[in-house]
Amino acid sequence: MYLDLFFSFFKIGLFGFGGGYAMLPLIQHEVVGTHHWLNVVDFTDIVAISQITPGPVAINMATYVGYVVSGNVWGSMLATLGVTLPPLLIMLIISRFYLKFRKNQYVEMAFSTLRPGILGLIAAAAISLVNSYNFIDKTSGLIFAAVFAASLCRIHPIKLIIASGLAGLLIYH
Amino acid sequence: MLYLAGKPIQCTWDTAMRELWQIFLSFFRIGMFTLGGGYAMLPLIQREVVEKRQWVDSREFIELLALAQTSPGPMAINAAVFVGYKHRGVAGSLVACLGMTLPSFLIILIIAMYLVGFRENHYVESFFKGIRPAVVALIAAPLYALGKAIKIRWWGVLLAALIAMAIAYAGVSPAIMVVVAALIGLLNGMIRKHRSGENPDVS
Repeated sequence: MYLDLFFSFFKIGLFGFGGGYAMLPLIQHEVVGTHHWLNVVDFTDIVAISQITPGPVAINMATYVGYVVSGNVWGSMLATLGVTLPPLLIMLIISRFYLKFRKNQYVEMAFSTLRPGILGLIAAAAISLVNSYNFIDKTSGLIFAAVFAASLCRIHPIKLIIASGLAGLLIYH
Repeated sequence: MLYLAGKPIQCTWDTAMRELWQIFLSFFRIGMFTLGGGYAMLPLIQREVVEKRQWVDSREFIELLALAQTSPGPMAINAAVFVGYKHRGVAGSLVACLGMTLPSFLIILIIAMYLVGFRENHYVESFFKGIRPAVVALIAAPLYALGKAIKIRWWGVLLAALIAMAIAYAGVSPAIMVVVAALIGLLNGMIRKHRSGENPDVS
């Protein structure tokens, strides 16, 4: 069972391209479909918990499922290790090659359009987060505007996250 | 005491350990406050790693995002590995990865063990209602500064806008857009090189 946990999450880490929510179908396939470790309701619950706890969804999922399946911390650790190991190794190799070849003219060519392209990716992430889940009323819009302005004035993101959380506590409580 | 190139070895060892500890702490802090998916860590990484510690510059920060997109697994892990590796080699990447993973690991473990009704808690829910729009603002706000850092031109803005729309409205996978963007640059560069090779006077 411990080996199953490790290898399932190793597989998820290895084939989970696109990160975060792009990995969810794969995780669901392994955890709900193949191994029946969780049912669909539990799975959805963990996704919801992942959204309100820090860190990558895949890590949260591994830690939670590992604990539920094994009933102890070791299962959690093995599953988390499994999902972390493939990206760690692959990214090490990529970083190594990048630092070696970044002065290469072809790499430089590719990056000339990749750099603006990545800004597009970030913009897309922001756009797709403007939805009824994140913006529930006019207050959400106000918080958005205030944090946007404060961030442009270079106030630290951690302070802004805590401040907006406290604002939420005051307003919605 | 042992000496290496005139310096006590003890001293370089201490420096290395201190830097590794600093990497761990920085990524622990980033991991602690990465709420709402991979992109939420961008403002944190930018602030902590680019501006405060200067382990990577703005240009490398953008490039690291491109690399993180092409590797499987959570973007946060990939970004941590890259920064750690660049600053302190393999040991640095391990420490960064551990720092990034540990907060979510510990918090989820506590929830799994003790807090079954955590999500339904009214206070938690109110707190996060406030945070959600803030995270969106934090992701969008650094775009202008990043554009300036990479000296973006009109065609870059156009490309970024097209890619943003393709992903946000047409549901194209970000990984595919990374490959497409890289190919456009490669193709453009090779055509230019080919042309300047044919008639060297014009370039």
